[in-house]
Amino acid sequence: MAPLVVSGVSKVYTVRGRGRGKFTAVDDVSFTIAPGAAVSLVGASGSGKSTIAKMITGSERPTSGSIRFGELAVEGLHAGGLRKYHSRVQMVFQDPYAALNPLHTVEYTVMRPCQNFLRMPPARARERVYELLETVGLTPPAQFAGKLPHQLSGGQRQRVVIARALACDPELIVADEPVSMLDVSLRADVLRLLASLRAKRGLSLLYITHDLLGARVISDEILVLNKGKVVEQGPTKQVLQHPKHEYTVQLLDAVATPFATAGTAPSD
Amino acid sequence: MALLEVEGVNVVYEPTRGQRIWSVRDVDLVLEQGEFVGLVGESGCGKSTLGFALTRMLRPPARLEKGVIRFDGVDISTLKGEALRRQRRNGFAIVLQSGMNALNPVRNVEHHFGDILKAHAHGGEHYPGATVRRRGAELLDKVGLDASVLSRFPHELSGGMRQRVSIALALALEPRMIIFDEPTTALDVIVQKAVIQTIKDLQRENGFSAILISHDLGVVLEATDRVMVMYAGRVVEDQPSKDLVSGPHHPYTEALLRCYADPRADEIHLGGIPGTPPDLSLPQAGCSFTPRCPLVQDICRTLDPPMSPLGHGSAACHVRAPSAAVAEEGVKPVH
Repeated sequence: MAPLVVSGVSKVYTVRGRGRGKFTAVDDVSFTIAPGAAVSLVGASGSGKSTIAKMITGSERPTSGSIRFGELAVEGLHAGGLRKYHSRVQMVFQDPYAALNPLHTVEYTVMRPCQNFLRMPPARARERVYELLETVGLTPPAQFAGKLPHQLSGGQRQRVVIARALACDPELIVADEPVSMLDVSLRADVLRLLASLRAKRGLSLLYITHDLLGARVISDEILVLNKGKVVEQGPTKQVLQHPKHEYTVQLLDAVATPFATAGTAPSD
Repeated sequence: MALLEVEGVNVVYEPTRGQRIWSVRDVDLVLEQGEFVGLVGESGCGKSTLGFALTRMLRPPARLEKGVIRFDGVDISTLKGEALRRQRRNGFAIVLQSGMNALNPVRNVEHHFGDILKAHAHGGEHYPGATVRRRGAELLDKVGLDASVLSRFPHELSGGMRQRVSIALALALEPRMIIFDEPTTALDVIVQKAVIQTIKDLQRENGFSAILISHDLGVVLEATDRVMVMYAGRVVEDQPSKDLVSGPHHPYTEALLRCYADPRADEIHLGGIPGTPPDLSLPQAGCSFTPRCPLVQDICRTLDPPMSPLGHGSAACHVRAPSAAVAEEGVKPVH
């Protein structure tokens, strides 16, 4: 199990055409995810959190700074090395419908990484699929294996995405808004699933969201991002209960929970 | 007379031959002048479909199967063509879920205002460029946007700005009622808060009646006077917003409230609701919430509870809001 160490990472895009110039999406961000730890990156749209996720998974390269996964220098990985890295660091995205091929059954989808990364023969891969479906709570597996994405609820689709991400036994999962497109009644279950995967498998988790409640439920440490910079960082409960930066306060104020508004006359 | 009186609305989807999905079932609704009501529920509960039905926006394979929709005393459920257009000009507008989907990507904002003003112009009304620009700038100002936005194209605007443009367009004809369908769903929390505040302010300043449709109970409670909760195509609870938090009536509403928590609290117990909503292509026997309800009684399996008065509102629940009519008739035997 390796720690993920992000040091002084920046990402600057060169903008061509109207408004020519440089756009700094990520500005000198540093943090560490120890093996088995869960860290949240929170911020509004444009804060740079998704760009950081892309640099960690290798879809983008930092303009400066370094990302180390144990001994591995992530920013220098290509082809074979990157492929191997992907079997250790997997991603779960926001839109479970977009992440699944609508023409492929659950079994086929979850089998792909078993065959691609682990080179399993079909029979063994199928067994592994059933194990994974059990792990994510899609039981009995036989009932779900043959289903197509449109036949599943949003929560079930997201579980399939998680099962696929677990197929090659990764050490770190980068989850970018994994529950924000799910009905609230389905979120707790998916969050509990991610938490139990941490507990049972020692999986590390990078949880990216603008939803502070999810961050609080799932992570030990939180980083608050504003316009590409880290404005506040620390243990999740402490930062949320005693925010120091005004942007964190703004984010907290913006959370609309029924209990926060109880007692307020709505038409004021 | 209320501005909007809805009785017995039923909407059916027929996506393939032989398949009928009852997505809105026997909904009654009253919206008074100047009232701001929320309609909340999860995926598939029928809230957006209801919003579309009320504004006559349903398209095949969806159909308004039954029901009366009286807007300002006129039944609009069967109007077509010019008669319907006249009512639209006269009265109601809808703001759709995603600003991007509602705006034409190859036309600038000014053009959108021109479109709407010209489409609904009375004979003799003219909208030369200068007039469109002036009116457009006025409307953009109401939603907190600068007149320079008129020359922009949708892709040049942020999500929050696109949503505000959609709202400004809805205001163009000075409607008496606006339905907002998930106006903040695609936006992040900070922009969401600002857009909801804008909607609240506009509603108060301009006095139009409004229905806010959302899956987010927190957003709805913050913005509205009264909330209706939908489940499996039916309205199951109707209460003033501030009473709903302290005293939800329906077991579904209770369960839904438990899915929310304050991230600052010392201890957080996040609830979920086990199970899934029913398949609405199958006939529903009794109350649809039965498989997931902790209070189930025999009567719940055979008889769909009617909305009955309770506290300051009403609820459709045999246990919490037993109906006098049901008590008189007695329970139907279970076969």
